[in-house]
Amino acid sequence: MPQTPTIVGRGNRDGAALFQRWFTELNHTAASGGQAAYVFVMGSLAELLRVFDLPIVMPEINSLQTAVRRVAHEYLDQAEDYGYSPDICGYVKADVGVQLRHGEHPMGRIPLPSLAVLTNACNTYIKWAEIWERMYHIPIFTLDVPGTRACGKQTWPGEPDFENDRAYVLAQVKELITVCERLTGKKFDIDRLRETLQHANVMSRGWRRVLELNESRPSVFNALTDGTIYLGVSNGFRGTYEGAKYFNDLVEEMEFKAAQGIGTMTDEKYRLVFVGVPCYPIFRRFNELFSEWGGTFVSSTYLWFAAGGVAQGYEYDLRRPLESFAEGVLIYVRNAMDSMFYQEQALAQVIDRFYVDGVVYHPIKSCRTVSTGLADSRRALMASRDIASLFIESDMMDRRVVSEAQLKNRADAFFEGLASRRVAAAR
Amino acid sequence: MKTLLMNKSIFHEWQNKSLDDAIYECRELFEDTTFPTVERWRERGGKVVGHFQVAFPEEIVHAAGLLPFKVRGAPIEAVQADSRFGSYLCSILKTSLELALSNTVPLEMFVTHPICDAARNLGAVWGRNVSYPCQILYLPQNPNSPHSLIYLRGEYNRLKRSIEEISGQTITDDALRNSIAVFNENRLLIRELYEIKKNTPWLVSADEAYVLVALAGLIPREEHNELLRTLLPQIRARGNRTQDKVRVVFEGGFCEQPPLDLIRAIARLCYVVDDDLLIGLRWLLADVALDGDPLTDLAEAYLEKSSYSPVQHDLRKPKEKMLLARMRNARADAAIVTAAKMCEPGLEEQVAYTRALDEAGIPYFVGEFEESMTSFDSMEIQLETFVENILFS
Repeated sequence: MPQTPTIVGRGNRDGAALFQRWFTELNHTAASGGQAAYVFVMGSLAELLRVFDLPIVMPEINSLQTAVRRVAHEYLDQAEDYGYSPDICGYVKADVGVQLRHGEHPMGRIPLPSLAVLTNACNTYIKWAEIWERMYHIPIFTLDVPGTRACGKQTWPGEPDFENDRAYVLAQVKELITVCERLTGKKFDIDRLRETLQHANVMSRGWRRVLELNESRPSVFNALTDGTIYLGVSNGFRGTYEGAKYFNDLVEEMEFKAAQGIGTMTDEKYRLVFVGVPCYPIFRRFNELFSEWGGTFVSSTYLWFAAGGVAQGYEYDLRRPLESFAEGVLIYVRNAMDSMFYQEQALAQVIDRFYVDGVVYHPIKSCRTVSTGLADSRRALMASRDIASLFIESDMMDRRVVSEAQLKNRADAFFEGLASRRVAAAR
Repeated sequence: MKTLLMNKSIFHEWQNKSLDDAIYECRELFEDTTFPTVERWRERGGKVVGHFQVAFPEEIVHAAGLLPFKVRGAPIEAVQADSRFGSYLCSILKTSLELALSNTVPLEMFVTHPICDAARNLGAVWGRNVSYPCQILYLPQNPNSPHSLIYLRGEYNRLKRSIEEISGQTITDDALRNSIAVFNENRLLIRELYEIKKNTPWLVSADEAYVLVALAGLIPREEHNELLRTLLPQIRARGNRTQDKVRVVFEGGFCEQPPLDLIRAIARLCYVVDDDLLIGLRWLLADVALDGDPLTDLAEAYLEKSSYSPVQHDLRKPKEKMLLARMRNARADAAIVTAAKMCEPGLEEQVAYTRALDEAGIPYFVGEFEESMTSFDSMEIQLETFVENILFS
């Protein structure tokens, strides 16, 4: 089996290398004073921006990196001294800190924005971009993507309400092209868009397949830890050859592991689903609270919405790139929003398909988009499935709100309950 | 049925009373957290569509003969609703849902808007807990797109179809125009009330004006028009004397509402010459046209003739510049910049507001509130000090 040592773990190794490369390139852009587009993970529109050779900066990822590297509090404090409340999004505040430091960041220097492009998938995106507008007087473009109006009431191509939404998104995409042309001095090239869309198609297909492959027993990756690495590549390299290749390779690795029965843990006892946003201030330790009991996360709503909904698998029609791009943005950004607001039906399906033992809800102080409805969503899921669940609150950025001892107590009790259920079921 | 409902008053207690007594009755209704006018409307066979803050095209509901009810929370305990939400949340979401879960305000339909990250969850949460339809109205967050008018017209048409299903009748263009005319008159009367606040603030206190406006969300607009038509001349004829008070603009009441007692406390110390309290009821700043396609006219007014708030993004309306313009227009000496506790858009905007006020050299007072708070002693003392500093500087 000479293949094993090289292919297993490749996704994590290559992902880390690509991530480092992304930031190295951003450092070069910052040093040269080049243009950069600030975008967000839900609806980055990277496929379009790459046509204009605009480097992509994702402030959410910059912010979470400060937490993972345990310096978030320095940035949060700076933003709070500037006037921002302790009760607003920690990502925003960490980024304000980065901006006040002229781009200084634990991973080097982040270029200042020349353009900000955002969707309404998160309302805080809008308020966040307004901060840059005030700081730098740059163009900001809000691509408004109407979401699902009511649970189970998604509309689809051909229906009048969908067509009304699609026409709106398409018109805005065309307006954004004009903004990019003006900013970069480059003419829009539809063949280059075709190229980036093709790469994005490969990536979306790969993402979907990778997520499906975790139905395997044992699971082939941990959706909370490994999955976050894949997510970083998905966001940072969407629309690129490297991103497409990475996901092709990842599918190969996961299929290999599934075929060989190679699990992400040596002794997988409990299969869990994660709902919410990771606890980045104690990222590794948080996972250990579960892995120490033999629990692994086989799925995560974070991988659905924080990938901008692309794992839903929409593929662009390259014969009509612009129209299909608008349609895709509408469908997958809407899917990202549904993964936050109406996720209980999708979770019920995952529970059935992935042999899930328990669901871990992790609402956080920083993010009302994700967290506001989770308690109620949990009630609905509990009513439809006999499944154990854990509801623990902390934060994705602010260590002042993270109580490790309290989290551990709750996690321990959860696993004791899971063990009891298993014993009872065996009787 | 529609005419019958509209013609029968559901709030009559104020009629044939002195101005002070009439305002007292208005305040009694406003503070009644059982929302008796909704019950009266329903007793007469009427249906109710609840719509969450901030702006909403009430004309479409009105044209179907239904009562548009402004869902703006209440100073009540969220006994059942609390368990439906996470910990770090504003109060208005919880108390609004409580009104539904406790069946205090039965509805035929509920509409919310993606005004903020918390409120956009409300449609899903509400929908999981009641049996009637709940939906999100996606008002455009890119009003700078030339296509937003066509989009919004389509979105209003979608809403119209939903309301027709509830009411069981087609909403005609004529019915819409009639409703727009009723609401145009209402907006005109409210503008007149705000002119009184601005030009002769000693004639109407901030809490009185607030209550008079707020009733628009509780009773049919025809009744509200009659109320204002009757009371505004009486307010103008009041013999109140001017006092030595600072003229302030109150900002931060666009969604969750401060307690009435807090507004009263501020009014004791200042003339509130303009504000953004219940701005959704005053969102449209001018008459909606009556001569075109009514849904297009409503959409055009939302986009082109509207106020501002932290929850609407429009490149033409930077909020801090809008606040400075509001202050100039109202000839205000100072600003009270507040936000509801845990209100992310409000708290974020505070930074832009205070920085702009600093640059302009305008004094301001910063505070937070919650709809259910009952003690304002500390805030009152701080505000008193702030006001005295201005008066005696």
